[in-house]
Amino acid sequence: MTRQLRLGLFGVSGVGLSALLLWAVAGLHAFGDYHERYGTLLKNVAVSERHTTNVVTSVVFDYRGFDTLGEEFILFASVVGVALLTRDARDERARPRDRLVSDPVGLIGLGLSGALLVIGLYVVAHGPLTPGGGFQGGVVLAGAIAVVYLAGDYRSYRALTPQPAVDFAEGFGAGGFAVVGIASMLLGSAYLHNFGPFGTPGTLASGGSIPMLNLATAIEVTAAFLLLFTEFLEELSVTRLETA
Amino acid sequence: MIPLQAMAIALVAFFALALALTHDLVRLTLLSSVYALTLVVLFVVFQAPDVALSELVVGAVAFPLVIVVAIVMQRSG
Repeated sequence: MTRQLRLGLFGVSGVGLSALLLWAVAGLHAFGDYHERYGTLLKNVAVSERHTTNVVTSVVFDYRGFDTLGEEFILFASVVGVALLTRDARDERARPRDRLVSDPVGLIGLGLSGALLVIGLYVVAHGPLTPGGGFQGGVVLAGAIAVVYLAGDYRSYRALTPQPAVDFAEGFGAGGFAVVGIASMLLGSAYLHNFGPFGTPGTLASGGSIPMLNLATAIEVTAAFLLLFTEFLEELSVTRLETA
Repeated sequence: MIPLQAMAIALVAFFALALALTHDLVRLTLLSSVYALTLVVLFVVFQAPDVALSELVVGAVAFPLVIVVAIVMQRSG
């Protein structure tokens, strides 16, 4: 295919796609002009029913909690898949070598790690109140520990993330979500139905089972990202050893 | 649409184009982090702070971090 033909083809399809896209965007409601039933209903009942001031969280962990269970296990399954594929065939001698990091970098990293840890815990704990929650906070928490490797050394990083503990946390988080759902059934309602007590709106303990599911998600996401990060680093060092 | 929203969309479009035209791997990774940051601005401007936070931690931090570490380890090895 010549360059001219390719450009011509791109021109035609580009113009066509742009036209369709603009047509679609022009048909959207104006920003803030929202009249769909589902969202309007939730906006009106979520705070009074579930006592969580962040409606998004009550949708994710309560009204559509079953969807989130599926998402939780998508992450779990993919992480387990990575661990199964990479752990078995690895030579234990191959460990990422420690790089020399200057003292100022290490010091800044230490401060950054502490700050990230606090921010992560804050984002997780305030999920039912303000934007954030187990997923976002979990990634921040994993980041706080990853910084130990980036600004420090691999040995300290591994001391913080012993494999059995990370594996356990990964299973505990994913399984905990499912178990909270079973607790709802034991209490006589539908699977994952919020069983309360709902607490005072605007406090950390509000929302019934929402904070529990939020915490389970935080544990699972933190462990998942740490597990991936560790497997990734170890795998790379093996590849390096083989090519060397 | 208010000017702020139009500006946020233009910003995303600009960096998306820049991403498509970048070939160097390291630049691409860092630019993808910046692009994710413009998406964060877009989500905040359109009042979706929860989505903005997710995009921030995954798009602007976690994803580029993994890629950068991979590149560094490949090069130092």
